[in-house]
Amino acid sequence: MTRVGVVSYPGACDDRDAMRAVELMGATAVRLWHADPDLHAVDAVIVPGGFSYGDYLRPGALAALSPVIASVREHAAAGRPVLGICNGFQVLTEARLVPGVLRTNTHLQFRCQDVALRVDRGTPWLPGASAGDILTIPMKHHDGCFFADAAQLAELERRGQVLLRYDGENPNGSVGGVAAVTNEAGNVCALMPHPEHAVEEMVGSTDGRVLLQGLLDLARQPVAV
Amino acid sequence: MNVTVLVRPRDGILDPQGEAVRRSLAGLGYPASGVRAGKVFDLQVDAGDADTARRIAGEIAERVLSNPLIEQYEVEVGG
Repeated sequence: MTRVGVVSYPGACDDRDAMRAVELMGATAVRLWHADPDLHAVDAVIVPGGFSYGDYLRPGALAALSPVIASVREHAAAGRPVLGICNGFQVLTEARLVPGVLRTNTHLQFRCQDVALRVDRGTPWLPGASAGDILTIPMKHHDGCFFADAAQLAELERRGQVLLRYDGENPNGSVGGVAAVTNEAGNVCALMPHPEHAVEEMVGSTDGRVLLQGLLDLARQPVAV
Repeated sequence: MNVTVLVRPRDGILDPQGEAVRRSLAGLGYPASGVRAGKVFDLQVDAGDADTARRIAGEIAERVLSNPLIEQYEVEVGG
């Protein structure tokens, strides 16, 4: 069975929801500890949401220096899939595993709400979705304003590294309305909204399953040796 | 050696925190504008001379204390 590692940090709060979502999707969730570089032979890694190390210095900055991230870096370099969610997005930018940086929301408010995300293009990360489709997934953050300078953003657009954009209101001031990006190789994806909170009808939306299915599909691809 | 690292938002980068402070200052009637919020780090670097301390602190500032995409830094070496 596909094994998905979920990193736990001091200050993480969505690691258990991410593990539960992975199990609901029919895979095995494996807890990874921030201080332990062993990835326990997982096929994919989720860096979940929360406030790792109390958001000290900059959100994600100290977590990016942790032993487990050194191993996640090797896992990513081998072409294996990594998904960063919310604080996980911040960690992956600080680790330079995805481009850009997340800044304080331009309105300085913590926002907790459903957001409509417009699919930018068809991608293995969003199986069954095509350009223009809308996914409704909740967000909850204070520091989710994606920033890259004009040249970097143009390069990301040109390479097709933008997967999702906020549709309608831009809830945090992100440049280009960018909600989800990938690394250049395409195997590391990160977003501020929480797909793991949108996997059951009971809580409003199951659109998060699309992205988690994408992660599992990528995890099941044969490993390049 | 005592080293101080000053981290500021890069020129031209919007600083919402500084802007919020500026608005409050304006509300109090102060003639202050262009507020930018940054961070100060004081550290002791174990180095034999000021140049070495500056080099080590610069590396720390570049790699950890600042995010070069949005921040710039200055290193001041004291006694």
